[in-house]
Amino acid sequence: MTEWPLYEVFVRGKRGLNHVHVGSLHASDDQMAIRNARDVYTRRNEGVSIWVVRSDAITASSPDEKDPLFAPSGDKVYRHPTFYEIPDNVPHM
Amino acid sequence: MPGKTVPEEAAPGKTVPEEAVPGKTVPGKTVPEETTVPEETQAAAPGDLQEHFEATIARGARIEPRDWMPDAYRATLVRQIAQHAHSEIIGMQPEGNWITRAPSLRRKAILLAKVQDEAGHGLYLYSACETLGASREELTSLLLAGRQKYSSIFNYPALSYADVGTIGWLVDGAAICNQVPLCRTSYGPYGRAMIRICKEESFHQRQGYELLMTMMRGTGEQRAMVQESVNRFWWPSLMMFGPPDADSPNSARSMAWGIKRNGNDELRQRFVDMTVPQAEALGVTLPDPGLRWNAERESYDFGEPDWSEFTAVLRGEGPCNAQRLAHRRRAHADGAWVREAALAFAGKTALATAGADHD
Repeated sequence: MTEWPLYEVFVRGKRGLNHVHVGSLHASDDQMAIRNARDVYTRRNEGVSIWVVRSDAITASSPDEKDPLFAPSGDKVYRHPTFYEIPDNVPHM
Repeated sequence: MPGKTVPEEAAPGKTVPEEAVPGKTVPGKTVPEETTVPEETQAAAPGDLQEHFEATIARGARIEPRDWMPDAYRATLVRQIAQHAHSEIIGMQPEGNWITRAPSLRRKAILLAKVQDEAGHGLYLYSACETLGASREELTSLLLAGRQKYSSIFNYPALSYADVGTIGWLVDGAAICNQVPLCRTSYGPYGRAMIRICKEESFHQRQGYELLMTMMRGTGEQRAMVQESVNRFWWPSLMMFGPPDADSPNSARSMAWGIKRNGNDELRQRFVDMTVPQAEALGVTLPDPGLRWNAERESYDFGEPDWSEFTAVLRGEGPCNAQRLAHRRRAHADGAWVREAALAFAGKTALATAGADHD
């Protein structure tokens, strides 16, 4: 028989924080995925909110570091505040 | 460590949107590193991939699921993580057996929570293993066919309620010794699962020790039960660290890859040194006449476990090997209709929803 689909689980640890990926689990549908996620990943109040999404619905970037995907930001040092020289006597900057 | 509320792998710079509204597509979604999306098929390793892998290990960074990795590294991890996961699942049996016979509601609630944790630990580890391209179904069937192993400690029976305490103290104590260094293992998802597990194991060990302390304050008969239980579990606990390094052929390679961080003998020594004072505080004797403090080494000398017993249990000749696997097979077979019914229900609901959308 076919296996239950795989879901990725994201938990918001507390208000004010992003949901963070915590792992995966199998469930027959979305509702069961939420319930299973509660039992597997939040047995000790680790979360206030859970997202689940089927793993096959996720599109990922290529893992290769030399991938050109991230190359465009490599040479744009002017996007960082330290690129700019401000005299020491200028306050609050 | 109760009250921990923040998932440990808070990844900076991730841009998963704050509030995804159910049913709406979320723009700009990025993907967490350990998602179990299918691996790209890998051709033979070009030199620069191998080099990149080795450089990542050398600088102590983690390998993540979709990185290129040598086939042998992947296979070693699948074997080790699966064995670890199976151990957690099989490990529910010796203690689960006592849930209905717990001496008080308090002890019953504690034991239930503990056994549920073991299930959870198994699931964290299966989840990590699946990021390597192994399917859950495949791992389960390898366990049921006896083609993947689990820790031999669970082939010993739990004969009295004192064993619940001893398993928590010694077996989970040894597991913690083994597992704490694995939090820094080179494979990201495995390390993250271990961090989660180690936090929970601390509860397991402490509840066991507290249980034994309570019995040691009881009647002479109860103290004798504790001593008898410790006598049975001491040597098998030492065997949990695996054979001596000299007889552990794969250890060196696993250390080079950063999968393992310490040798078997080093961890075994660490466990003995930690446990002796705990045994003294408890008032039990560890059943090893060779156990004594060595001032020169600043460690305890201790006797050699009976490695012929270890290999016999590995071969399937332990007191409970057959029973443990038979129980797991039966549970899996008995659950088949639930798995099928849930899938059928999900299919029907999906169909109904699709139909409603067309109206």
